Amino acid sequence: MQARSSTGRTFAAHAVLITWTLIALFPVFVIVVNSFKSRKAIFADPLSLPLPSNFDMVGYATVMHQGDFFQYFLNSMIVTVGSLFCVLLFGAMAAFALSEYRFKGNTLLGLYLALGIMIPIRLGTVAILQMMVASGLVNTRTALVLVYSAQGLPLAVFILAEFMRTVSDDLKNAGRIDGLSEYTIFFRLVLPLVRPAMATVAVFTMIPIWNDLWFPLILAPGEEVKTITLGSQVFIGQFVTDWNAVLAALSLAILPVLILYLLFSRQLIRGITAGAVK
Amino acid sequence: MGALTLTAVTKSFGKTDVIKGVDLTVADGEFCVFVGPSGCGKSTLLRMIAGLEDVSDGEVAIDGVRVNETAPAKREIAMVFQSYALYPHLTVRDNMGLALKQAGESRAAIGESVNKAAGMLSLDALLDRRPAELSGGQRQRVAIGRAIVRTPKIFLFDEPLSNLDAALRVATRIEIAKLHRDLKATMIYVTHDQVEAMTLADKIVVLRAGRVEQVGKPMELYNNPANTFVAGFIGSPQMNMLSGAALGIKAHTLGIRPEHLAISRDKGDLAGRVSHVEKLGGETLVYVQVDGQGLLTVRLLGEYDWQVDEPVHLTPDQTRAFLFDADGLRIRG
Repeated sequence: MQARSSTGRTFAAHAVLITWTLIALFPVFVIVVNSFKSRKAIFADPLSLPLPSNFDMVGYATVMHQGDFFQYFLNSMIVTVGSLFCVLLFGAMAAFALSEYRFKGNTLLGLYLALGIMIPIRLGTVAILQMMVASGLVNTRTALVLVYSAQGLPLAVFILAEFMRTVSDDLKNAGRIDGLSEYTIFFRLVLPLVRPAMATVAVFTMIPIWNDLWFPLILAPGEEVKTITLGSQVFIGQFVTDWNAVLAALSLAILPVLILYLLFSRQLIRGITAGAVK
Repeated sequence: MGALTLTAVTKSFGKTDVIKGVDLTVADGEFCVFVGPSGCGKSTLLRMIAGLEDVSDGEVAIDGVRVNETAPAKREIAMVFQSYALYPHLTVRDNMGLALKQAGESRAAIGESVNKAAGMLSLDALLDRRPAELSGGQRQRVAIGRAIVRTPKIFLFDEPLSNLDAALRVATRIEIAKLHRDLKATMIYVTHDQVEAMTLADKIVVLRAGRVEQVGKPMELYNNPANTFVAGFIGSPQMNMLSGAALGIKAHTLGIRPEHLAISRDKGDLAGRVSHVEKLGGETLVYVQVDGQGLLTVRLLGEYDWQVDEPVHLTPDQTRAFLFDADGLRIRG
């Protein structure tokens, strides 16, 4: 009885998960499949797999020839990794201070830092643009890194502070008695123990940055600093859209972010399975 | 060398006073145990000595030198934690040697100290393992080893045996006692377990709600408690507290240890009924329900057959009884 009901439950759970996976992957599947087909075949039968009769790499060829796609990739990569680095480092440091030290206004500061979760950063676009113009950062990748760091920090501080409260006080105190500096305690003792939380924050921070079109369009539309999402837009016209090229560009754009995700998810699993403190 | 002096030490978190003025001297080489119920401030006091908590007022001095503003690492103390607190990413050898490495000792000197400490605690075979690969008892031995390696002036133990099972607890307790004899170092040990306090201490400090209730040698506290709290806390099973009015004596409370309460089927001062019997082999504990006095414990050496619900009479040995006034303070004389 017990076994049967649990088998049934497992089956139901897997059915739900598989259905969700299919729904979530369907657009990706359509994009990748159609990027290998001729324009005619895309419109005639969008769901069919690429066959020898309609196989066409013209989209990839266009992408490679028009514009500097490698540069766009590199820009996206630099901006994403740079922002991620800032968000994780400064977010973790702020979280450590909030969770570890008793000082006046601790709670208030924590709330202030978490406020950004509820206020969309895009509301401040005009002010941000004015600031970037004033500081001469328009059309630089630095501008994007700064904006994305600001965008990612609130959630990072919030999640990491919660996790850091769970790290054993005894361990930190043992470090203090052994003469470790607060920085060493933070980097060597606390950070490795909150690695799963860091991976979660990294994934949640990374994907919106990679996919963002808004800020690259406004702050860094220049040819040499364009990101891949913005770069793909050249193929979408008001009257004519080069679907082959758009689909090819999007397919290529999935790759780096997928690699980054795989890196972090491995860290995430390692973090969960690593030996506990006690 | 490692004498400790606390002078009017207090600690407040916001408006809550956790430690309300503690004066204490621990002589060099003494084994001092802080004992008390949870929340009495004993761990906080230990952390203040370690420098992990600020002292709100008063002075902490080691060897006569004020250390209130000294960083924990510079106080020449070592601490053993309840949760072991080993560094998960380091091997046993590196865990034990880290403090010396931070202090800038040479590699050879560190290796020598680590090997010596490992030898004392029979950890030689485990030196290259990581904490995750050790059992609870082994981890606590490593934690103790980490403290020994530093050759501190004062060892601090924060409930080091609480996470171990009963058999290991006894074994580790004996090991700590032996260590104290071998090292002749000053040790301050925090526990809520009065058995650990009685068996290890040269001097016991009984704390309640941030105040020192009594300081003394284990047998002094046992034979000469200053108030009902100390009388009830030291000794197991707990001392019986009888209401003086019901006994027809002047004192508010009469305290009598379970071993000093005679039990008889025919006659005695207090009539009651056996409510439960615990046979432990070497001793028998009889719980007797007495009207107006509650549940009293009688401790008999050896095996005895008392039946539940049997009517019995109890007689306290007046020469071993303690009298207390309405405030719980001992009436002497």
